[in-house]
Amino acid sequence: MTQTPSGNNELLDATISMRKIGRMEHFLGPENYRIMQGLLKTPASIAGLILISFFILIAFAAPLLAPPVNPKDPYKIPRDGFKSQPREIGSEWTKNAPDVPFWYEAVTGNKEWVHLFGTAQGQYDIYYGVIWGTRTAFKAGLIVVVSTVLIGVIVGSVSAYYGGLIDNIIMRIVDVLLVLPGLMATLILAAVLTPIIGRSTLPVMISLIAFGWLGYARIIRGDILSVKERDYVLAARVIGNKDSRILFRHIIPNAVFPTLVLASLAIGDVVLSFAALSFLGIGVDVGYADWGQVLAFARNWMTSLDTYWFIIVFPGVALVLYVMGFNLVGDALRDVLDPRMRGKS
Amino acid sequence: MLTYIIRRLLLVPLLLFGVTVLIFGMLQFLDPVERASLYVRGDPKANQIDAAITKYCLDCPIHIQYLNWMVGRVDSNTGEREGGILFGNFGWSKTGSQPVADLIARRFPNTLDLTIWAVGPVILVGIWLGVQAAVHHNGLIDQAARVFSIVGTSFPSFVFGLLMLMFFYANLGWFPPGRLTDEFSRVVGSDEFYRYTSLLTFDALLNGRFDIFFDALRHMFLPILTLSYISWATFLRVTRSSMLETLRMEYVTTARAKGLTEKDVIFKHAQPNAMLPVVTLAGFQVVGLLGGVIITETVFDYPGIGSAAAQASAQLDVITVLGFALFNGLILIVANLVVDVLYAFVDPRVRLS
Repeated sequence: MTQTPSGNNELLDATISMRKIGRMEHFLGPENYRIMQGLLKTPASIAGLILISFFILIAFAAPLLAPPVNPKDPYKIPRDGFKSQPREIGSEWTKNAPDVPFWYEAVTGNKEWVHLFGTAQGQYDIYYGVIWGTRTAFKAGLIVVVSTVLIGVIVGSVSAYYGGLIDNIIMRIVDVLLVLPGLMATLILAAVLTPIIGRSTLPVMISLIAFGWLGYARIIRGDILSVKERDYVLAARVIGNKDSRILFRHIIPNAVFPTLVLASLAIGDVVLSFAALSFLGIGVDVGYADWGQVLAFARNWMTSLDTYWFIIVFPGVALVLYVMGFNLVGDALRDVLDPRMRGKS
Repeated sequence: MLTYIIRRLLLVPLLLFGVTVLIFGMLQFLDPVERASLYVRGDPKANQIDAAITKYCLDCPIHIQYLNWMVGRVDSNTGEREGGILFGNFGWSKTGSQPVADLIARRFPNTLDLTIWAVGPVILVGIWLGVQAAVHHNGLIDQAARVFSIVGTSFPSFVFGLLMLMFFYANLGWFPPGRLTDEFSRVVGSDEFYRYTSLLTFDALLNGRFDIFFDALRHMFLPILTLSYISWATFLRVTRSSMLETLRMEYVTTARAKGLTEKDVIFKHAQPNAMLPVVTLAGFQVVGLLGGVIITETVFDYPGIGSAAAQASAQLDVITVLGFALFNGLILIVANLVVDVLYAFVDPRVRLS
């Protein structure tokens, strides 16, 4: 971007109008365009975007990369027998092997399925768990993030817009819910819900949503409090708009953009919490294709992790890279969104 | 100052009430039979269930149940109080086969012990790293610190912990998981080992058993390493940016201009002011450690309250989990109060606003 001397508005206007405005910038508006540019020019965020795209590809191609044995329930990791002793990488797949996909022979030089990443305790195939775990990660991450942001935006903006007693009550409720640390709160709610709705991804996702919107509500409330005082809101009220229209059409669109972008990158954190809970044995059933679940298989083999390193390394690397992808982009974004950075290239 | 403290104190009963209502609300997901464990010691026998429901009023209106849950109920025959979280009766733990309060009392000293030993490495080293990164801005330490803070925030503690176990336990055999080696556990369990404080490391020192002391530290090494590693990334980031901001202030330039040594400028003039946000962070970190670190304790099989809560919830023992949550909530409310008040002493801006 062009250098603009600060404190000289005439000159600033002149430089901006002299600069050529591309179609993309016209479409996104100057502020959002600056954010996008900031993301596409930082090496760290490019690396992050590449990582995220890589995982999106894996998630889409999961049925090709690891054909499900039972297409009705693809999230169940296929088992090759029931022996407890984990087996090495490349050991033969004797029972219950899935179909061999077209790329398999060319890449591995084998005609039959082998356990590419070895098996865990109970002969669960780790490769399958890691591939389909990508889908679980996106599924849980997206659902939780979208719901938490939605709830957070609605509650936060209602609280800020009406102010007074409503605001006070809502914010005190938020205070109370924030007393317990996030993981503890999620853990107890999931433990309460699991006997009622059964073991699946649902209890943990509901708990993550139930305690996840609090932070967003606080941030949005702050943003809206500042937007609320602008003249155009007063103008909208003067011409007789309803409260809900002013809130949803005039205030929220002007206040939430940064939060929305930051929130979309919280997928990494959500997936981390999800994996942590399934590592602790809360939520999904044993053998569900989820990285935390696969990692949990290592817990009974702590003394022999030198031999069975593959139980932690493969799902661990997948989880770390996934989260890192979102964190890299998120970090660059936070720099771009930092008000102190505005107007600098 | 006084008004600030009073205002802050007024929030406490509200938070306490809120947390008890929250936990009580979650208890309502259980059916009355299971809720009987809040009052009855041991597992209720099949023919006593209906009696228990009537006796403890488990199908009464909700506010009466809440009151019962808070203050308990005195048995007219034995004169014993049954239930009542205000009196420390958190119910009966099915998975632990003992009252939840006893379970907490047995586990909490371990968590406290870990917290005491972890505070130094976790906080002081984290702050030191952050200051170094800021002082050598864009230098080698700074670049390394940046990479570390990205990697650190992406590397979940349980993956890191498992990798550490793989290297230091399975491969090298240096730092085992758990609390103590078996032979020492027997010594500690026997009568000749006197439990003065119930904090294992301090008891070992007071009993003059340095071998037990070092064995306990050896078992705590990996948990402390993992905890340090998780919080260093955060401390680094906060300290670094706060320190960088302070170093740009004009009074720092003045200090340099009047000819102070660089050491004095950084450690006497800049650092104390840069520490304000770090103090809050450190406070919350200690509070977090006290509440039990669920994942780290579980990975290393450390018998603190975090791992106990995780075990109970994996076995769907809701009464126990909620007991832990309640205890955790109480600790956090009190500890946060202390942190806030201390902070007001450190930073005049807080108490004046």
